[in-house]
Amino acid sequence: MRFDELERRYEEAQAALARAETPEALESWRTAWMGRKGAITALTRQIRDLPKEERPAFGQRINEVKAALEAAYEARAAEVKAEALAQELAEGAVDITLPGRPLNVGHLHLTTQTLREIYAIFERMGFEVYEAPEVELGYYNFDLLNIPPYHPARDMWDTFWVDDDLLLRTHTSPGQIRVMRERYPEPIRVILPGKVYRYEQITARSEHQFYQVEGLAVGRHITMSDLIGTLTEFTRMFYGEHRRTRVRGSYFPFTEPSIEIDTDCILCGGKGCPVCKYTGWLEIAGAGMVHPVVLQNGGYDPDEWSGFAFGLGVERPAMMKYGVKDIRLFYGNDLRFLRQF
Amino acid sequence: MKIPLSWINDFVETSDLDIHELRRRLDMAGLEVESIIPIGHPGAEIVWEPDKVLTAEVVAVRPHPNADRLVLAEVDYGGEVPETVVTGAPSLQQYKGRDDLHLKVAFAWNGAVLYDGHTEGWVKKRLKPTKIRGVPSRAMVCSEKELGLAEEQEDIIYLPDETPVGVPLVEVLGDYVLDFDIKGPFGHLQSVFGIAREVAAILDRPLRREVLEAASRLDLRPTGEPPFVHLEIADPDLCPRYTATMIRNVRIAPSPLWMQQRLRRAGMRPINNIVDITNYVMLELGEPLHAFDYARLRPLPGEDRPAIIVRRAREGEQMATLDGELRTFDGEMLLITDGGGPIAVAGVMGGLESEVEAETRDILLEAANFDFLNIRRTAQKLKLQTESSARFGKRVDPELAWVAAARAAELMAQLAGGEVEPQVGDLYPRRPEKVVLAYPPALADRILGVAIAPDEQARILTALEFGVERDSEPWQVAVPSFRQDVRRPVDLVEEVGRIWGYDRFPRTLIAEALPPLRRNRALEGEERLRDILVGLGLDEVISYSLIDPADETERLGAAGRLPDYPGEAVRLRNPLAPERSQMRRTLLPGMARTARSNLRYLERIAIFEVGHIHYRVAPPRPEEGFTGVEEPRRLAVLLTGPREGRWWQPTDREPLDYFDLKGIAEALLQRLGLLGRERWTRGDHPAFHPGRCATVGVEGKPLGTLGELHPLVREAFDLPDRPVAVMEWDVEALLEAAELVPPAERLHFVSPYPPIHEDLALVVDEDVPAIEVQRAILKGGYPLVTRALLFDIYRGPQVGEGKKSLAFALTYQSPSKALNEKDAAKLRKRIIKQVKKATGAIVRTW
Ligand SMILES: [Zn+2]
Repeated sequence: MRFDELERRYEEAQAALARAETPEALESWRTAWMGRKGAITALTRQIRDLPKEERPAFGQRINEVKAALEAAYEARAAEVKAEALAQELAEGAVDITLPGRPLNVGHLHLTTQTLREIYAIFERMGFEVYEAPEVELGYYNFDLLNIPPYHPARDMWDTFWVDDDLLLRTHTSPGQIRVMRERYPEPIRVILPGKVYRYEQITARSEHQFYQVEGLAVGRHITMSDLIGTLTEFTRMFYGEHRRTRVRGSYFPFTEPSIEIDTDCILCGGKGCPVCKYTGWLEIAGAGMVHPVVLQNGGYDPDEWSGFAFGLGVERPAMMKYGVKDIRLFYGNDLRFLRQF
Repeated sequence: MKIPLSWINDFVETSDLDIHELRRRLDMAGLEVESIIPIGHPGAEIVWEPDKVLTAEVVAVRPHPNADRLVLAEVDYGGEVPETVVTGAPSLQQYKGRDDLHLKVAFAWNGAVLYDGHTEGWVKKRLKPTKIRGVPSRAMVCSEKELGLAEEQEDIIYLPDETPVGVPLVEVLGDYVLDFDIKGPFGHLQSVFGIAREVAAILDRPLRREVLEAASRLDLRPTGEPPFVHLEIADPDLCPRYTATMIRNVRIAPSPLWMQQRLRRAGMRPINNIVDITNYVMLELGEPLHAFDYARLRPLPGEDRPAIIVRRAREGEQMATLDGELRTFDGEMLLITDGGGPIAVAGVMGGLESEVEAETRDILLEAANFDFLNIRRTAQKLKLQTESSARFGKRVDPELAWVAAARAAELMAQLAGGEVEPQVGDLYPRRPEKVVLAYPPALADRILGVAIAPDEQARILTALEFGVERDSEPWQVAVPSFRQDVRRPVDLVEEVGRIWGYDRFPRTLIAEALPPLRRNRALEGEERLRDILVGLGLDEVISYSLIDPADETERLGAAGRLPDYPGEAVRLRNPLAPERSQMRRTLLPGMARTARSNLRYLERIAIFEVGHIHYRVAPPRPEEGFTGVEEPRRLAVLLTGPREGRWWQPTDREPLDYFDLKGIAEALLQRLGLLGRERWTRGDHPAFHPGRCATVGVEGKPLGTLGELHPLVREAFDLPDRPVAVMEWDVEALLEAAELVPPAERLHFVSPYPPIHEDLALVVDEDVPAIEVQRAILKGGYPLVTRALLFDIYRGPQVGEGKKSLAFALTYQSPSKALNEKDAAKLRKRIIKQVKKATGAIVRTW
């Protein structure tokens, strides 16, 4: 009789377990059947009412039932958990193509990026960055650079004048005099970056304000071959390993001899196009050996010292590299342009 | 400067060279060719195809059966039988019925593409076989216009009699015009001959110099007192030489075709034979010439021969120049005058009165030399740039005056029937000194870093007409008179280097030891600021330094008061435009304008700039290198627009304001190790919203201002009606402060013991700044309160009128032990006591 009830309860418990579909239902099943006041526990207590000889068999059977139900419970619990997880995962699925939360990312100006590249290359060759004034003395911008008043060479720079003595520097070259006067009698290896100004109408190809990087090396045995080598290395590192360079004679009043250095046209690969005026070459720097008068004006005796100087553009190389057609984009500060770099 | 290659070939043979190779050689030697303009050759507008456009000979002319204005020309083009061509050439009319002709012409077969001679402008047309008034025609004889040689269509072109028949026209009349961009003040490169001399040196070929020897061919003799003119130089400092050559009985007429072609190709318009010859010789030799109508020159009172006096102008003296303008001179300008007054601005432009005209018979030809700086000054002051002033302004060799006068006189004799007076007036008060340089050939090695053999150096210098004396070391090198630019041995090094070829140089790096190494901390600091600000999500801008002065006055002062500027503005004497006439003394207008222009396309602007401002503090002292201008660096940030962009989930669309910017400022200070060392006080910058403006200082030094733009300033910059947060700080002060904090002091000990967190709400009067409450907390709980974060501000009935509740999240932590509840209670008590004492705060109880 007791056995019958036990077996019946066992079946009922199994059926109830099969119906439990949530962790909550499982918990109440456990309480209802296996808890201290649960139905199986209650049956265990009835063992005392059984005749002594029946007790061992009943005890054994009830332990078997308990163990079986515990095992069934564990199995069912694992199933329920797996179902719940599957459902949660299904509900948590998103359209993975939706855009991510936008961040506000800052950008360095293209000019800053170009300047940094130039600094880094010359720093490797031992050049220090030296800064000189933008509002400059005419005396430094011209006279001390071997360009006296009314000298035809002054035509090479259209100048913004402030008064008879002051102007906006038309090139970074006056910094040569400043650094020489400060550093004499040390040898010198500096680059002088900064804004320069020209009295020029603003068009797609010309600006009244742009950047230059001047270079100056003064030492006991510095030669034109060193200048050409230095600029060749720069070109290779800045424009790419395979760029070719060529050196042409030129004229600047503050260098003697004067040269210009070209690289093969990036746009046409040297075949000739309107940008390179069908020469296949683009100018990247004006340069030369520091003129003895300029060395002298800087305090260095030209019989004992020699030096080279060069002037690089900053915007134009960037324009070439990225195919920018309009120089006004640089200081017009259109963020749609600047945010692309 | 445009030079036809055919003209260069008069002096040095280049026709075997590819034009592009020649250009390359010129470029490399420093004679930059801007462009090559082919004439007749491939690449030209009108290409004279060798099989279709030929030289030919008109051998007979017959009347056209149906039209009086047309004729039938029998043209021998080298074929088996002459071709009959229908033409309207007016000059052929006179030959009607003749069959003994030898007129050399340009002949085009159908299929050739030429300009349409009968249509205005430049219209290309392919010749087709046609019937003209009933007579078939398969070819034509060409005019200059049809060949693309001149604008006017008058008549067919006649070639010189010696022209061979049946050869491609391009071989006879084709050309390349080289457009040179000669940099520098080089009078010796302002001419065809000067360029040819360089070409000869570059190619190591002989130079034909006969053109320089006309004086001996004409047997001319210089005299200080010519019989035909009273000659006088009153101001020899400005006129080293003046020659006057007399050519009588010229016949004014058009110059010959070849001369007209060369002038046109060089960019000059043919006028008449005399004027053309002066221009031609100027182009050829680089000496500007002037032809006076002798009959119009006036004598001095009491004399019968006319006078030429070269003198400075009297202040305010006037004359009408050839272009018809009445010019007024100052006392430094040099004039050519006759007995009656000014007749030319020396070296710049002739006067209207003595111009050569159709009736002119006798020519007084001026070939002179003037001080180049004075000519440049005059041309600049009069705003009168001419071919002549451009050349004189680049220093012309005084020796050239004689040579060019003779060359022009010879041409006037040949082409205008003139008779040249053998006595030539020649005043030469300032003969250039002979310059001989001591040149050690090893100097080339020292400067160039490449050993160029002495023989090669000597060859190059000799080819450029330097006199090289190699008997001793150093060499004695005589500089030719036309090389006034060469005054030092190093100038000779340049000549050697550029002709030898820089492309042959070794490419080395500096072998010497490095100079003492230095860092540029100012620049490093500046770049660090940029990196920090970009890291904070800001875009860098670089603005124009030249601004509209009204930006600093009217616009930034729109709220009624001008900002203080640290010095006087740097104003331009010759600005491009009023909007670009002053150097900025603040970055704010640039930021505002950048925001304004970008708001057309973008809703959210977050930008910064690090750059110089400029202002005058003292008069310049050039000798000391002192500009009197300060150029400190500033940092500016501007935020405007919604805090976040739109997205498919809700975002914060409230406008960026003071506190967004302050957050950026604090992050910047944090990165520099300065956070907590700065002081925020209420600012009164007139461009800012008075209630949202802070003055910031650090370590006792002012940094600058941070706040929102005043609504009226915003309006003045045409910015929309919503907050624009801006700051402008002094970069030097910021970086110096950052340098001053010892690195070790920046570091806070990170305790391993557990912290205790608790919240504390304090009620204070409305006008008590939050920062003071926070300071009192930190002071009261020093050193165990490691953080006091304000996380809520409440105003309302629960705290009472005129009060606010500030809620702080406090962290207590000890570097040496774990704190317990008792420790926390003790701390809390001390804190409450301190805030009450310092700010009157009481603890808020719920
Ligand atoms: Zn190209």
